[in-house]
Amino acid sequence: MSLLVATLAIGLIFAVLAVGIFLSFRVYQIPDITADGSFPLGAAIAARCLKEGWDPASATAAGMAGGAIAGSITGLVHVRFKVNALLSGILMMTALYSVNLRVLGSSNLQIAGSTVFTPLDAFAQRAFGPSVRIAGYDVPSADLGTLLTCAIVAAAVGIALTLFLRTELGAAMRATGENARMLRALGTSTDRMTVLGLAMSNALVALSGALFAQMQAFADAQMGIGVIVLGLASVILGQTLVGPVRSIGLAVTGAIMGAVLFRLLVALAIRAGLDANDLKLVTAVVVLAAIVGPGWLAGLRARRGGGSRAPA
Amino acid sequence: MLRLDGVRKTFNPGTANEVRALAGVDLELEAGSFTVVIGTNGSGKSTLQGAVSGAFELDAGRVLVDGTDISGWPEHRRAHLVGRVFQDPFAGTAPGLTVAENLALASKRGKWRTLAPLLRGAKRGEWRDLLAQIGLGLEHRLDDPIGLLSGGQRQSITLLMATLTNPRVLLLDEHTAALDPRSAELVIDLTVRLVARSSSTTLMVTHSMQQAATLGDRLIAMHRGRVYLDVRGAEKRRLGEADLLGLFTQMRRDDRFDAAACELVRGQYR
Ligand SMILES: Nc1ncnc2c1ncn2[C@@H]1O[C@H](COP(=O)(O)OP(=O)(O)OP(=O)(O)O)[C@@H](O)[C@H]1O
Ligand SMILES: [Mg+2]
Repeated sequence: MSLLVATLAIGLIFAVLAVGIFLSFRVYQIPDITADGSFPLGAAIAARCLKEGWDPASATAAGMAGGAIAGSITGLVHVRFKVNALLSGILMMTALYSVNLRVLGSSNLQIAGSTVFTPLDAFAQRAFGPSVRIAGYDVPSADLGTLLTCAIVAAAVGIALTLFLRTELGAAMRATGENARMLRALGTSTDRMTVLGLAMSNALVALSGALFAQMQAFADAQMGIGVIVLGLASVILGQTLVGPVRSIGLAVTGAIMGAVLFRLLVALAIRAGLDANDLKLVTAVVVLAAIVGPGWLAGLRARRGGGSRAPA
Repeated sequence: MLRLDGVRKTFNPGTANEVRALAGVDLELEAGSFTVVIGTNGSGKSTLQGAVSGAFELDAGRVLVDGTDISGWPEHRRAHLVGRVFQDPFAGTAPGLTVAENLALASKRGKWRTLAPLLRGAKRGEWRDLLAQIGLGLEHRLDDPIGLLSGGQRQSITLLMATLTNPRVLLLDEHTAALDPRSAELVIDLTVRLVARSSSTTLMVTHSMQQAATLGDRLIAMHRGRVYLDVRGAEKRRLGEADLLGLFTQMRRDDRFDAAACELVRGQYR
């Protein structure tokens, strides 16, 4: 039970990541690998700021700001110098590895003292005592506080992005991803929209990293490896969950649900005996299957059915 | 008023693919006039429109709208002055956004995109009336993603979007060429009505001799990056489809002759 609560909490932290990847991958159709660098960047900045005595909220916000800067540099390299979006991301990710080591001051940094989770952890302990009995299991009430913090942040991020995508600016971003030429013809610089979108996406990824570091009480330079694939897996899984939808709110909710579900599946797989070292391999295969699977199945069905053609 | 002064554009200069797309174009279009542009493939019609919309930088010359030189302005900055409809019926709308959202983006043409909700205070009633005029029942589909609509329906809406804010200049580049005959007729019909109502200076490229003969108050034929023929007023009204076909044959013959002459000269130096 305690494991379930912790898994849900981590799932919700990755939901913030998934919402960020949703923005770059679904809205802009850019699989922005900057995420592999901005996730540990958010973690590193938050850890470093906490060490310097900042309060947790400011430290987390600073991590987010770092992600926003990283994302806008990727965006600028892409639109200004016409470097392929994927390559821009790879360059930025590589550069960030060094930046992160600098910020951390070594290959990892412990977080001692209070974090963004402290207030609700303390609150839950005051309210319920050291542990709560749920379905016959004793769950540390601090874990419940942490879960609550994660849920609040994930919900806030999901709602904020949904509302944002319905504003003039947000709609212009969606239009940039779908038909940049049209938006230029309507008088909006799609370059600016792209930079802004990647900045926002990486700010969310960095926020996720900052939260993750504070939860596990340390940040290290390696923690970003495979983050983009994890985010993509969540987004794609979420899309499968909610189906092809018109509502942005539902699509964003899908990404959040996808992240949580993916985390649960991972926890189950590990319990069932999956070697944690094989996790990234399995994740990559799952993402590949989720991307090519539906088209492949449709093709198969069409061949069997004979005549009725598969949608492109 | 739209004025082009000695506009020149060469693509890929100094390479094997060098193309002189505009070889010095001078043109003055009266405010609110409706000019039809014809010409053989590659004669520079789209490039002429691109020069106005800011698709590329000019090699020489100026473009003026109401006396203001806009030659140095980037594309998106010109957009509040210039409405456009492309040949590709899918190029003018964002498929995942609803009809209302597309119209809302167009209603803020050239303005800053703010954090105000896109559809707050939307002029839905006004849009419904406009859509109803098209006569395709689109007034009931404001909240459908525009990607669900047909090419003709989308091109009609693109046309509405281009004229919604009554920009100073309206550029139509073979905007019915990719449509089936019935949709094309519908879109042309809508074009005539919208242009008549608006005060935009309109420049319409077409390959349809029928459209060229019957529409507009001025006709320009482009050839090899230059204005080859320019008729207006009573002369334009007298022009029939047959005359235009004759003109086209003439231009094609010129093309062939020049190409053959080039070959001849090149052969001598080989
Ligand atoms: N972006 C570009 N890069 C290189 N060459 C170009 C570019 N745009 C146009 N051209 C060339 O410039 C010439 C004029 O092209 P343009 O598109 O203006 O012709 P057009 O009159 O619109 O022809 P069509 O009737 O086929 O649309 C062509 O030879 C074309 O290949
Ligand atoms: Mg053309």
